[in-house]
Amino acid sequence: MTAPAQTLIQGAPKARPGRRRWATLLGLVPFFLAAFLFMLLPMAFLVAGSFQDVNGNLTTQNYADLSQNFIVDAYITSIRVSLATAVAGGVFGFLLAYAVILGGLPHFLRTALMTFSGVASNFAGIPLALAFIFTLGHVGFLTLFLRDTLGIDIWAHGFNLYSEIGLDFTYMYFQFPLMVLIMAPAIDGLRQDWREASANLGATSGQYWRHIALPILTPTLLGTMILLFGNSFGAQATAYALTAGQVNLVTLVISDQMSGDVLHNVGLGYALAVGMVAIMAVAITLYTILQRRSERWLR
Amino acid sequence: MMRLRLTPAQVFWWIVFILGVLYFFLPLLATFLFSMRSQPLFSAYTDTLTRGDFWSSLGYSFVIGVITIVISVTLVMPTAFWVRLRVPRARPFVEFVTLLPFVIPPVVIVFGLLSIYANKPISLTTVPYGSDLLLVGAYTMLSLPYMYRSIDAGLRAIDINTLTEAAQSMGAGWTRILVQIILPNLRVSILSGAFLTLAIVVGEFTIAAYLARPAFGPFIALIGRNEAYTPAAVSIVSFGLTWLAMGLIAFLGRGSRARVRVAGAH
Repeated sequence: MTAPAQTLIQGAPKARPGRRRWATLLGLVPFFLAAFLFMLLPMAFLVAGSFQDVNGNLTTQNYADLSQNFIVDAYITSIRVSLATAVAGGVFGFLLAYAVILGGLPHFLRTALMTFSGVASNFAGIPLALAFIFTLGHVGFLTLFLRDTLGIDIWAHGFNLYSEIGLDFTYMYFQFPLMVLIMAPAIDGLRQDWREASANLGATSGQYWRHIALPILTPTLLGTMILLFGNSFGAQATAYALTAGQVNLVTLVISDQMSGDVLHNVGLGYALAVGMVAIMAVAITLYTILQRRSERWLR
Repeated sequence: MMRLRLTPAQVFWWIVFILGVLYFFLPLLATFLFSMRSQPLFSAYTDTLTRGDFWSSLGYSFVIGVITIVISVTLVMPTAFWVRLRVPRARPFVEFVTLLPFVIPPVVIVFGLLSIYANKPISLTTVPYGSDLLLVGAYTMLSLPYMYRSIDAGLRAIDINTLTEAAQSMGAGWTRILVQIILPNLRVSILSGAFLTLAIVVGEFTIAAYLARPAFGPFIALIGRNEAYTPAAVSIVSFGLTWLAMGLIAFLGRGSRARVRVAGAH
């Protein structure tokens, strides 16, 4: 062996059976230690706290208390907003990606769309909420344009930017670009030979889509929509700035709990957060499974 | 007169595209026009750019972002390298941890951090730089999915076994291998991960606000509540910064086939 002595400080020079195993694993310690301190330990603390009452006794009462009307309502509203924006953002994002790739539009539009999507999927939070207030608020640019030029007063017809529908509209701004970013490579992955082979066998364009392209794209489509669901389910800043408490979302209840004990029970707050993570975990697990399936065809 | 001949399908795709463009640009246009209403012209921008709290909050967020990037690269690069070289069996565990920030929303991370580190016996929020440490820690976690994927994709493209053996046979230690051999080969991956992290961190609101840090996100929220035209100008500036970060990523990634997954903290 020519390995220099100083390598022993940070790890074994060559994998040797037995004793060196642990030395090899030492190289992973900093990473897991950081994850433990700033993510796993706080999460474990929330889980442990959710099973304790105010005096520190073991209880499952906090989870039973999640059935209070306003908490159930918060979960339902969060899920409804996330579902609506995931499906609408997913469908529109897919159509948009299809339009620039296979819809016969000039090629430079595709490059432009991909760049815009990268920016828009990252433009969120307070500035996004403000931009929509300037657009669709009471005296927003589009509101006034529709009212004064086209004679349609959307606010008088029941539209309210600071309500759930307004939140849906605003979330779409970062939802559909994310769909475009993920769907574009998938649509690119559809091979020309598949289309030609099916045409040789006498398939129409509709049959090609129904029997070949869509089944191949379905795992990616569904998987990405689940990702969009999680993307909006965990969002807090945009809703905080836009609705000022008028829409009851789980993330907003948690942030209210941090500002002051609004639930009058710390353990209930922990249970609320753990419930949220549980829903996210289900979503991300489904996403991972679907992503593996889509990798079978799209490389 | 030249006539464009479009099939009905093409007309449909053009409509979809134009709707997308309108959705994208109308809010920006509205925000820009609103910022121009303040008199004299451009005063919303000059007011913004001359105020101290704008620069101090932006500077604070930028510094926190840079520290986060340095820590994130220092943690992720050796780990991803080591997993590929020596402990491929640890890959599922490392990948699982890097996926966790997608599962635990920022509001829950900061809730957890405050619950454990703002009370006795470890009351970090009351010591100097304690809250800043928590902020950097939380942001490092947020950066993990992007940084890990970016660096791991970069490692896949180079032959780390040969590089490592060649360096070792010439007497290089691990630090030297990582800093002088692997790091330069991963320049593009690391920089894309870094700019994405910066784009996420600089405008982040939730974690910074509940840790009571003087960051850019909470600053925009504060003036958004209290002022008229400057918030519009700041929104446009913030959009420009996001654009700059994404533009740099696209510029770095040109010609490479590695895709960078892009998504922010909302």
